[in-house]
Formats: sequence, C-alpha cells, structure tokens
Amino acid sequence: MIVSLTAEKLACARGERRVFSGLEFEVRAGEALVVEGANGAGKTSLLRLIAGFLAPASGSVTLSLDTGALSDGEERSRHIGWLGHQDGIKPQMAASEQLEFYARLYGATAPVAPALERVGLLRQRNFPCRYLSAGQRKRLGLARLILSNRPLWLLDEPFAALDSAGRTLAADLMRAHCAAGGIVVAATHDPLGLDARLLRLEAA
Amino acid sequence: MSGPFASLVLRDLKLAARSGGSAALALAFFALVATLVPLGVGADLKLLARIAGGVLWVGAVLAALLSLDRLYQGDFDDGSLELIALSPLSLEQVALAKLFAHWISTGLPLTLLSPLLAVLFGLPAPAMLALFVSLLIGTPAVSAIGAIGASLTLSLKRGGLILPLIVLPLLVPAVIFGAGAVTSVLDHLSNGALGLLAGFAAASVLLSPFAAAACVRLNLAG
Repeated sequence: MIVSLTAEKLACARGERRVFSGLEFEVRAGEALVVEGANGAGKTSLLRLIAGFLAPASGSVTLSLDTGALSDGEERSRHIGWLGHQDGIKPQMAASEQLEFYARLYGATAPVAPALERVGLLRQRNFPCRYLSAGQRKRLGLARLILSNRPLWLLDEPFAALDSAGRTLAADLMRAHCAAGGIVVAATHDPLGLDARLLRLEAA
Repeated sequence: MSGPFASLVLRDLKLAARSGGSAALALAFFALVATLVPLGVGADLKLLARIAGGVLWVGAVLAALLSLDRLYQGDFDDGSLELIALSPLSLEQVALAKLFAHWISTGLPLTLLSPLLAVLFGLPAPAMLALFVSLLIGTPAVSAIGAIGASLTLSLKRGGLILPLIVLPLLVPAVIFGAGAVTSVLDHLSNGALGLLAGFAAASVLLSPFAAAACVRLNLAG
C-alpha cells in the first residue's frame, strides 16, 4: 500500500535553464494533487521527475510505501501509472490487443474487456488504432491506467481532447482511484471536479 | 509465453510483421542486392564464388541496418518507451527483449534466405553451409551492435542517417570473420574464423543490453 508522496527542496534544470526550485509538497494516500502553472512553468518536467525519467537538480522525491521509502527513480517507476502527452498507441494494433500487451507487460492479470467497457470503447475493441479519434485514444489511455493497477497516477493534461462525457469519466476514475487509497498527481488547466490540493508552479 | 519479457518480444515481432514494420523490406533489399551483383560482375562463376561471402555478408548487414530505426525510435516518438520504462522489466531486460525480437524478425530470415541467394553465386555446398552458419552466428552481433546505435540516436530526427556511420565501423570484425569463414572453406583451409565470429557475437550480445539501456536512460532524461 502507498502511504505518501513527498518532495523536499526539489529543483529541476533542463540544460542550463533552471525550471523551478525549492518545491515542497506532500500528498497522502487517497489525495489528489493538481499542478498548475503557465506554459513552460515545468508541469510536465515535474511529472517526469516523479516518474524517475529526469533526475532532480537538487532535493528529492520520496514515495513512501508501507514496505519502505523509495527515493530512487527506477524503484519508484514500478508503482506509477502514466498518462502523458504521447499516448504510446501503435496505429497498426487493435485497441484490445494494445491493452492486452500493456496489461501483460505490467504483470496485471485482470481481463481487458471490463476496462474497455468502462471507458466506452468495447465496440471499437477490434479496430486498428489508426481509426481512433484523439479523444478515443485518450480513453484507451485511461483504460490502460485502470488495468495497470498502479497506486500512483501521474496524469499530464488528463482532460485534453476528451468530450464532456469523457471528462466526467476521467474525473470519476480519479475519484475512485483516490477512494481506493491511491494518489493522483495531475497537471491541468481545467478544474478536476474533485477535492484536490493545489500546487502552483511559478516560472523561474 | 505470458510474462512481461515474452509479451514485449511478441509485440515487437507483431509490429515488425505488420504494415509499417520493415522485416519484409529488409529481406527484399537483401535479395535485390544479391541478385544485382552477379548481373553486374558477369558470368565468371569462379570469381562469383570467391566474392560471394563478402557480398552476401555486406548485403545482410546493410539490410539489417534498414530495420534498426524501428527498434527504439518508433517507441520513443509515440511515447511507448516511457510506458515500457515504467514496467517491471529493467531497461536492460527491455533492451535484451528488443534485441531478441529484432534478430528473430531480421537476422534469422536473412540467414534462412542466404543459401538460396548463394546459388546465384555458384557457391559449392560446403561453402554454402559455412555462409549459413556464419550468418546464423554473426547476425545476433549485427542486431546487438545495431541496437546500441539505435538507442543512441533514438531522439534524433532523421537519426537513421547517422546510424550507419556509428554502426558500420563496429561491424567490421563480423564482416571480416563471416566472409573469411566462407573463403577459407573455398581454399580448403582450417576454419578459425567461425570461432572468432562466435566470440565477437557472444561479447556483443552480452554487452549490448547494458549500453542500450544506458542510452535509453540518457534519452528519456533529455
């Protein structure tokens, strides 16, 4: 079980440019954190830092589990569900095939059909993904998030390209994830529609 | 076949076989090069048999190069690589799975096709066998060294252009030993080249996942 996600004196640099510094936050199990900030303020960089793709320029990110605390990026990565700008969808694979691959890759055993049904893509499950619209691809990403069964969700613009029903769906999924004791960190400009802590990144 | 490692291998094989994958393209390229050379050189069977090993080895290496860009660049461009990096597999295991899938979809078919193309060069049966065995042993090294180049250039637009410049010099030993194995059979010499080739291939396959994983780490942080 996940306990908390904390950042201490966290600083991020891309090349020579200091993106942000002195960032502190703590999110406990069952809470959501919304990351706000102008374009270029470092929202995506913060998510990539938490995921372990980027190393912090200084400071630390710690994911506390009931089995111990993980400060190393690659150890942390085994507990992360990721929904990024790029959806990782191959145009020549069918939606269900795509999901099955990620489910097996993540060692998840749950069947894919319920997840596809939850996001409203059951009818399109055998379509090659090149025929899916941007919103449908986002929904497929949400289905992958459900299936991956990871306690810490990192979402970059989770509402982008989604219609109003899709936004409601995404908000419901986040709420359910928090209620089940997970943590959601979302970078977004839109209101999430759920109780969340707010973190504002100021451009350095 | 249901673990994370196997699922990644299977998925890479599927992508190689489907539209946009380049497994068939590499085979066709190899066949065309091997057909063009005898047409250009002319019907001097003795000369053709002598150059067969070298030409087919160079053809196989160039054909394998064509398919290297899909190894990492496709996954990097569409965000799959980040999702794969978050899997329970270490990046070294990911690199090994991708190397294995690339060899099955490229190196192995090239090897299987080679006896057919060797006929065009009038290669006698024992030399044909040496060519087949040398490709079987040597193509894993091509995939392994190619994977290092592919992971190094994965974030470059048009990285495919710089890839041969990185990979080809490193593959010189494979081409020398591979072609040497064929000519030493033609000259009735003892065949030490295959042993050297096997050693080179084993070292490449062992080291490549570590180098490729380091390159992927570097590029994900970029």
